Amino acid sequence: MPKEKNNFFLGVFTDEDDVKAAAKGCNEADFTIYDVFSPYEVHGLDRAMGLGQSKITWVTFLCGLMGTTIALSGMSYANWWDWPLNIGGKAPLPLPAFIPVTFELTVLIGGVSTMLGLFALCRIFPGKKARLFHPRVTDDRFVVVIEIDEDFDEAKCREIFAKNNAEEMKQVDHDYAADPADAEASAEGGAA
Amino acid sequence: MGHVYSPLRKPLVDGDKSLHDITHDVCRSIEGKPTALWWYGFLASAAVLGVFLVVTGWTLYEGIGVWGLNKTVGWGFDITNFVFWVGIGHAGTLISAVLHLFRQKWRTSINRSAEAMTLFAVVCAGLFPLIHMGRLWIGFLWVAPYPNLRGPLWVNFRSPLLWDVFAISTYLTISAVFWYIGLIPDLATVRDRAKHWARKLFYGTLAQGWNGSVRNWNHYEKAYMIFAGLATPLVFSVHSIVSMDFATSVIPGWHTTIFPPYFVAGAIFSGFGMVLTLLLIARKTMRLENYITLDHLESMGKVIILTGSMVGLAYGTEFFIAWYSGSIYERFAFINRATGPFAWSYWIMVSCNVISPQTLWFRKLRRSPVFLFVMSIFVNIGMWFERFVIIVTSLHRDYLPSSWSYYYPTLIEVLELVGSFGLFFFLFFLFVRVMPAVAFGEVKGVLKMGRNYDPTGASAKKHVPAEDKPAEGSPEVSHA
Repeated sequence: MPKEKNNFFLGVFTDEDDVKAAAKGCNEADFTIYDVFSPYEVHGLDRAMGLGQSKITWVTFLCGLMGTTIALSGMSYANWWDWPLNIGGKAPLPLPAFIPVTFELTVLIGGVSTMLGLFALCRIFPGKKARLFHPRVTDDRFVVVIEIDEDFDEAKCREIFAKNNAEEMKQVDHDYAADPADAEASAEGGAA
Repeated sequence: MGHVYSPLRKPLVDGDKSLHDITHDVCRSIEGKPTALWWYGFLASAAVLGVFLVVTGWTLYEGIGVWGLNKTVGWGFDITNFVFWVGIGHAGTLISAVLHLFRQKWRTSINRSAEAMTLFAVVCAGLFPLIHMGRLWIGFLWVAPYPNLRGPLWVNFRSPLLWDVFAISTYLTISAVFWYIGLIPDLATVRDRAKHWARKLFYGTLAQGWNGSVRNWNHYEKAYMIFAGLATPLVFSVHSIVSMDFATSVIPGWHTTIFPPYFVAGAIFSGFGMVLTLLLIARKTMRLENYITLDHLESMGKVIILTGSMVGLAYGTEFFIAWYSGSIYERFAFINRATGPFAWSYWIMVSCNVISPQTLWFRKLRRSPVFLFVMSIFVNIGMWFERFVIIVTSLHRDYLPSSWSYYYPTLIEVLELVGSFGLFFFLFFLFVRVMPAVAFGEVKGVLKMGRNYDPTGASAKKHVPAEDKPAEGSPEVSHA
């Protein structure tokens, strides 16, 4: 993280294909993409801005494995080690009969951890104030946010944005945040 | 770079909507004043819920002797209701998870309400075994796996009834998580539209500061896929395990290996029946015809024919095997089902579940909301009777003819069944009022699909970037 916070250059778009092309263009031009904002999940936009695979799969895998272990060892301890129950003369350690509970606990622990892992990776929590880069970014606007650092070339960036039908371009301070209450005002000026 | 969609694909959203129109159309039903229709529905279901609370309270106070169960028929309406509601709870996850894995994009406009329906159905389902325990307050002590007060004695992990406890509670939790994860981006939109501070606080807290960052969407997309991957085997496991409550016993009519797939098919069938019932109401009352289109209804109609036919095949197979196995007890159980004292329930089941869905082979009927609504009610009735037939007819004439009996439900039991619908609809009415009932974040993602619909294939339009945009057309520049 840089000690001195960079200001940002924003491009606002109204179409998912435009923002994808713009993000790809900025990534190829080696600009530092602070983030891209989208009201819905645009498939491939994360690759276009240069992000790799999410690590969240590991959370699920490891926690799921933990669920499997807890279930199998817990049931074996209870029904075989601690107090062997003779039920109809069946095997004292009946692995097939343990499969349903093992499966359920794997899914339960894996799933709940994935949710918590998602919150942690996204750094979201109840009470967090959302920082918006456009009043309508959760409605119908897409924003590409470029950090103004030594790699930044404003003319080139403007060219990339304009080529992809940017609705608006502007430079903002490092602590800029849009107020969603302005959404109506920008709706009038916005192109469909 | 742009999307290229086949011109043969029909649009998933009618009415030439813009992204903002979608937000507006869905949010208006939770932002304005509730309609009179909503109040009628809400108050009526609240009244029925009140009845449920009274009769259930009476059952818990007096004991389950207030039911019509006897020594021979030990499971009646209670377990029937349980299995019925669990089945209803399967369509939501099927729509949200299985159809997601199969990339069935039409699921987007119906998955949110179907998931909510799942959650409420599982809540209704879970109540019945608890009430059936009679002493609800010590129910936890009986099922929780901990060294308990009866000495160092643990629960029996070989018992399907205990598997059920794990299956249902896992299913409830994972469905709730899946539903909530899907809601977060939409709640953020509702938060940003909110004017009142209380709404801002409520939706802001639930949306957890979501701001549409693609760095977050990157994790979100993967997590959503994982949930779909986890929920798909889960949904099949839950009703399989419920069916093992019966299949692992030695009662003729229950002791059969066909039960898990048969129950799962029936669950999807009944779930889609209930989804249709609810969506046809929601579509009309919330003016969502452009989102829940006739094509959606038709697709659901097709799932109903498929699963209805699977259920019909299972009925036939069961009957055939009962004869072919050479076991006189099995054979008797099935002939008794079709011709014995409970034959009326068997034939209600067959006509509602096997015969009536076959009318949906006609495209005209699949695309008629009124016909589908009537059909969905038939499916609901038929599937409730399927559970009743399996449970009661198998029990009422057991191995010992001297203990044969009949089962008459009491008024309390009937009111508990009716009352559980009150609980279900109460929660559903609350949901459509408080939460966005259509996953508009996902609908926006499929908005472009089929925009160039053209069965002749003559004009496939592509996204064209404005290569040489004139300077005067470029947006104004401001420096903050």
